[in-house]
Amino acid sequence: MRTALILLRKDLRLELRTLETVPAMVLFALVTIVIFHFGLNQNAIDGQLAAGVLTVTVLFAAMLGINRLFVAEREQGGFDAFLLAPVDRTAMLVAKAAALFLFLAALEVIAVPAFGLFLLGPSLGPPLPGLILVLALADLGLAVIGTLVSAIAVHTRARDLIGPMLGLPLLIPALIATARAAGPLLAAGHPASTPPTRWLEILALYDVVFALLAYAVFDFLLED
Amino acid sequence: MPSTTYGKGLRGLALATLITMTAALVLVFFYAPLDQTQGFVQKIFYVHVPLAIISLVGFVFGGVLAIGYLRTGDRKWDMRSYVAIHMGLIFGIGGLITGSIWAKASWGHWWVWNEPTLVSFLIVLLLFATYQPLRFSIEDPERQSRYASVFAIVGGAFVPLNYIAVQAATAYVHPRVLTLTSANLPPSMGLTFVVSLLAFALLYVTLWKYEMAAKNARSQVRRLRRTLLGDDLARPAGRSAAPL
Amino acid sequence: MSAVLVFAAPELPLGTSGKYVAAAYIVVLALILAYVAIMAVRAQRLERDLDELRRDVEAARAAQDANRETESVL
Repeated sequence: MRTALILLRKDLRLELRTLETVPAMVLFALVTIVIFHFGLNQNAIDGQLAAGVLTVTVLFAAMLGINRLFVAEREQGGFDAFLLAPVDRTAMLVAKAAALFLFLAALEVIAVPAFGLFLLGPSLGPPLPGLILVLALADLGLAVIGTLVSAIAVHTRARDLIGPMLGLPLLIPALIATARAAGPLLAAGHPASTPPTRWLEILALYDVVFALLAYAVFDFLLED
Repeated sequence: MPSTTYGKGLRGLALATLITMTAALVLVFFYAPLDQTQGFVQKIFYVHVPLAIISLVGFVFGGVLAIGYLRTGDRKWDMRSYVAIHMGLIFGIGGLITGSIWAKASWGHWWVWNEPTLVSFLIVLLLFATYQPLRFSIEDPERQSRYASVFAIVGGAFVPLNYIAVQAATAYVHPRVLTLTSANLPPSMGLTFVVSLLAFALLYVTLWKYEMAAKNARSQVRRLRRTLLGDDLARPAGRSAAPL
Repeated sequence: MSAVLVFAAPELPLGTSGKYVAAAYIVVLALILAYVAIMAVRAQRLERDLDELRRDVEAARAAQDANRETESVL
């Protein structure tokens, strides 16, 4: 796993230096929130509607990050260099998924308070711990599927299209669970203090199954 | 090298399909009793549910065959996986259309969100509809087979997960007739359903073999032409989503 | 024989809900028949390809024989 850490550190340093991905994701999320305000014609939303809007906002911003995940490797020969090195190939999966997870976390640090400020009716304070748990599990799923789908897409011709096209249907169960888990937390009257366990279980199951699956098949995506 | 023939046993299989399909139709219209709540409309159940189930099984089958490709590298497995998913998609579209007709007949809407089988089915179809565009966008044939196999495996695992999520998410307003585990199904209906399911399963296998035989024949012709005439004289194959 | 069938036939409410059931079963039939039609087109193309292949092989063999004849003369 040292390889994975080295790769991760490289990607993080690259992102910090160039600031390509995360600021774009944040901006995109903020604009999406504004669009939702106008699209729904609401000043404040709560409950399941709010949870849905938040989930969709994070999802669309995530798509931007997913599209860019392997582009540097593809354009600058990073794949070949990696394949020549005598390391476990799944280290790239772990590193990229971890990078994507951290990007999403950085996105949410800004986007969720923005959402709380601009669109959310009830206060963001009480539901925050539960929300963090739900988003953490969701980000895990987004990271795994995003890495998998991005690795497939980067070798195709319609790169930017294939990623979301494959990823969105695959992510639907995770998104259902995320929105349903967050819904009661953001309710106006008596918000729940903890997210419903059934949805957390489904999210966790999703994460585990696809993480194991990605681990099993990723090697085949890297072969030349 | 021994060649694989898919035509062998096809005639018997087709005959078995014909007999079972006829038996199923007879049972549906002459034997199965009329449903108390839904009436005659319930008869759609005997085509809609088998189509949906066999379609999903077909996708999982495609995933399993894809594992075969990744393990052996033999393109034969990729072709089998491709056809399995292709057939699953066709059966799935049939299931979706009949499901829509059934929804319109029962509840007056061409689509309902509170039937989890139907909804999770739509999602699975949306996923596997991307299979062919994905293949088409990868030019290198070996990479195409490899990536398609990875997708098929991930998709196959997706089917049960998706069903669980959608099941949990869907509120039931109407009584659910489609549960297979429910005790609502009287034994005569149960028998009819099983025979219908068997008929569609046989139909799937027959059509799968038929398609495989046709594809196999075409690829043999192409290969023959290339060996006999030399690569330059052979007409270049058009780009396709199907594996050679 | 047909009299037996008429007696055994179910009461088909073709005016009301029967049309939906019929539509569903017709969709299934249409899908199967569409598939048969597509396979027929493919079989036709295969026959044409094989015919062309056979002609090409015969032409190649004829050319080969002609070469051998000229060589033996030389």
